[in-house]
Amino acid sequence: MSGRAYDIAATVCDPELPMLTLHDLGILRGVDDEGGRVIVTITPTYSGCPAMAEIRADIHRALTRAGYADVDVRTVLAPPWSSDDITAEGRATLAAHGIAPPHRANNRTPLTLITRTSRPSCPQCGSSDTTTLSAFGATACRDLHRCNACLETFEQVKAI
Amino acid sequence: MINDEDENAYQSLAAAIGGEERWAFGTGFDDPLAGIDTTVPADLDAAALAEQCLALGDDALVMAQRLGLWCSNAPELEDEVAIANIALDLLGQARMVLTRAAQADPSVRPPSAPAHVPDEDALAYFRDPHEFRNVRLAALDPDGDFGVLIAQLCAFTEYRITRLDDAQASKDPVLSAIAIKGRIEATYHREYATGWLIRLGDGTDESRRRMVSALSIIWPYLPDFDREVFDAALSRASLEAPPQQPAPFVDERTPLIEEMQSLARAIPEATW
Repeated sequence: MSGRAYDIAATVCDPELPMLTLHDLGILRGVDDEGGRVIVTITPTYSGCPAMAEIRADIHRALTRAGYADVDVRTVLAPPWSSDDITAEGRATLAAHGIAPPHRANNRTPLTLITRTSRPSCPQCGSSDTTTLSAFGATACRDLHRCNACLETFEQVKAI
Repeated sequence: MINDEDENAYQSLAAAIGGEERWAFGTGFDDPLAGIDTTVPADLDAAALAEQCLALGDDALVMAQRLGLWCSNAPELEDEVAIANIALDLLGQARMVLTRAAQADPSVRPPSAPAHVPDEDALAYFRDPHEFRNVRLAALDPDGDFGVLIAQLCAFTEYRITRLDDAQASKDPVLSAIAIKGRIEATYHREYATGWLIRLGDGTDESRRRMVSALSIIWPYLPDFDREVFDAALSRASLEAPPQQPAPFVDERTPLIEEMQSLARAIPEATW
């Protein structure tokens, strides 16, 4: 995926994880520059994500500012977003900002019963001795952990 | 920066930052299917599709409303966050499928809804409680008992996964996509609910006694669903299915829905 319009849409930041661009988060599905008209396609992280309208508006604003007069932001639901769609750079950025990147989600294989075994390493001190405090967090896309080594509480992007 | 001429601090803030769409608490929600190709395939039975969407939407909406009442009432802050997040996912699913129901068959929209009200709100706020198609389990009031909530949530989540699997196979691409996404969320909810079921069922004498009692309360409300994983979770929790009893003749849905609808009906022009 490339092109000037894509590069502009790709640098818009996510409102709830503002250290990540939409490209890093993996919710930017496509940008078609059809000679004057730009069609941007995004996908929500969660069904109840309250930030979709803001994301649409931010993309619109960024492209309009760059001189594109006709911008259409569309949504697709399939295939669903997975935290596996976060780019390698996105994972590094999350860790640098104290948010543990998600482990592999495996949503695409059938689940039988309670499989949560992976624990994130502490993004502060790197220790793998961590405890999950809550499988849910301050936004739909994060959960909450504590490091038993440095005792810091930290968030992880939910593996889904 | 608060503008004196504007009584609403949120609107002033929104204006200062650049548009109310920046705020999840803004004065209006946009169409949950905005930007999606919502053409209904011509060879589909639109009325049947709308029925299926309404049933899925009402289950999610009623359960979300029931879960929302745990805000400030859960035993731990972490559980409060978890319960509210599960409710948020369900509400998001409800918004999409209710909107889809009205797209498939516009006649499901209640005629009493004012014209400016979007379809999802018309269906949520302007149908009478008896018109909702949710399972009774979703409306069940745990009355502040966390054990009953966990039993209810475990059973509801398994039931929902069964229904979402049906919807995933729908010939309607929009419903199918909503269901695939919803199922991923539901399996995450299942992890939370079964984790607590096992912890409490297999915990102390007191927690076990409470879970046995909780199961007997929710059991008469169990809808029909694929019981394989649910029964496995019960067995991991050292719990057994209680003897079947008839459900009590109590309407728990009407007061729940009336409370949910009270503001929209009293002030139809209200925005939030």
